[in-house]
Amino acid sequence: MTSSNLDTHLHRPAISWIIYLIAILLSVTFLFPLFWMATTSLKTMEQAYAFPPIWLPKPVRWDNYVKLFTELPFLTFTINSVLITVLNTVGVVFTSALVAFGFSRLRAPGRNFLFIVVISTIMLPAQVILVPTFILFKYLKWINTILPLVVPAYFGGGAFNIFLLRQFFTTIPFEYDEAAIMDGAGWFTIFWSIMLPLSKPALATVAVLNIVAVWTDFFGPLIYLNDLSKMTLAVGLAFLRGQHSTVLTLLMAGSMFATLPVLIIFFLAQRYFVEGIQLSGLKG
Amino acid sequence: MSVTNAISETVPSLHRKGLSRRRKEAIACYLFIMPWLLGFIIFVFAPMVASAFLSLTQFSVMSPPEWVGGANYVKMVHTPLFWQSLRNTLFMVALDLPLGLLASLSAAVLLNQKLRGINIFRTIFYLPALIPAIANVLLWVWIFDKDSGILNVFLKLIGLAPQPWLTDPQWAKPSLIIMNLWGLGSAMLIYLAGLKGIPSELHEAGKIDGATPWQAFWKITIPLLTPTILFQLVIGVIFEFQIFTQGYILGGGPNFSTTFYVLELFNNAFRYLKMGYASAMAWVLFGITLIITLLVFRSTPYWVHYEAERQR
Repeated sequence: MTSSNLDTHLHRPAISWIIYLIAILLSVTFLFPLFWMATTSLKTMEQAYAFPPIWLPKPVRWDNYVKLFTELPFLTFTINSVLITVLNTVGVVFTSALVAFGFSRLRAPGRNFLFIVVISTIMLPAQVILVPTFILFKYLKWINTILPLVVPAYFGGGAFNIFLLRQFFTTIPFEYDEAAIMDGAGWFTIFWSIMLPLSKPALATVAVLNIVAVWTDFFGPLIYLNDLSKMTLAVGLAFLRGQHSTVLTLLMAGSMFATLPVLIIFFLAQRYFVEGIQLSGLKG
Repeated sequence: MSVTNAISETVPSLHRKGLSRRRKEAIACYLFIMPWLLGFIIFVFAPMVASAFLSLTQFSVMSPPEWVGGANYVKMVHTPLFWQSLRNTLFMVALDLPLGLLASLSAAVLLNQKLRGINIFRTIFYLPALIPAIANVLLWVWIFDKDSGILNVFLKLIGLAPQPWLTDPQWAKPSLIIMNLWGLGSAMLIYLAGLKGIPSELHEAGKIDGATPWQAFWKITIPLLTPTILFQLVIGVIFEFQIFTQGYILGGGPNFSTTFYVLELFNNAFRYLKMGYASAMAWVLFGITLIITLLVFRSTPYWVHYEAERQR
């Protein structure tokens, strides 16, 4: 973890400048599409289609963003997206922690076999269970509600998150558990009062990665939500694109609006993204 | 005698106490993993069994499933669009996956240098990976626009001929590859984590032995990175077979060139309500990914370098 481990070589100035030059050129390429989405969202239609292209809109047309809420149902989309993301993430974090605790701190016959089952479900394509799951929710009359997108999150929170948290829990010394047992604490107390407070960074990682995954999910809401009033931002955007009356500048404003929360979360919680990758066991 | 008595009294009681404590722990363990266990049975195992059954039936949701045996699988083989969607997907596995692996590895090596401000570049390279898939597709449909898209505008400005991009069956998938390359950030971060894990002593030892940076890269960095490359390859195969949103927004066209496997499956299930056929397609998908993944794992002795082997 020391900084000398991070990097491979110290360079001569000439090589450093070449690396900087390549990195800057590539950065421009990586940023340009984002820049183009942002500027298009602030243009009039005439400006958007102008040739030669207008790089910076003048005047800046904030009106496109106002229209998302006055002419298009973006307020409803946003409320739906927030609701599903929050309810889903609460379930994922809490139950994946419970399950990971069971798999990492408690011994039981068959436990290791079940953990292999957890891992192998990561490899299972979602389509294999798609049709029966859809029929199950249809039978429960859950179609066109948020329930199919929320309730399954309360059943273990996904194999990958269980795996990630288990990896973290095994790094916490077992002496804590033993000392607590000596003091007469039950397993849930150990989980709640010792393990969870010690695991805040790992729990935050799971939460942040899940928030981004649910917020940007397209397939699930597409299948389970039909009415415009039930749609999330992701499916709402796709639906509006299908309507011929929806203009390009509004679509770009809508895309920008759906992207911004993810970018904000990333900048607030950057270290958790990196930690998530390290925790996923790549380092053994 | 009193001693043996004492022992024979304490040993069973200790034994019993130990057993009951162990049993309590086991019960607690199962209580903790219960949410997953229930979820696995309700949302994974039962649907898997049901899906295997449904794949042998004709089922439109409106009426009960009707047993047809292997007919769905036979029909699949005789459906041109099934093969087309499989070819489209394999095209992405064969081109998008290796190009993405190579580009993200190159980006990671470039940004793994000890330079001031390198973190800013890492952030910038990663940003596009955060954009929601749907916003991403809408943006690139606009960038690739045949008449007013910025890409063709650029080509015109520098005196080159504009290209048809997403409107031409030949160009559509290569265009999507360009779009995917833009989102290489996640893979790059994983490679960066892998590069961090390489002990710097190895590079120092290499330098003492007179290795050039080029030799060090091929003889030290790449071999030690092969487990990470393997991970990315396996994840990548699964990812490529899941491509959906792009094809969905493009309506699978032009001329079915972006009708990817999962889109074809989705259309059969939810547009034509051929739930049995769609389930059969899902099992074939599972089979194909499993075979490819197994082949990848079979190939590992030839190219993946494991720490344990090095120590032996």
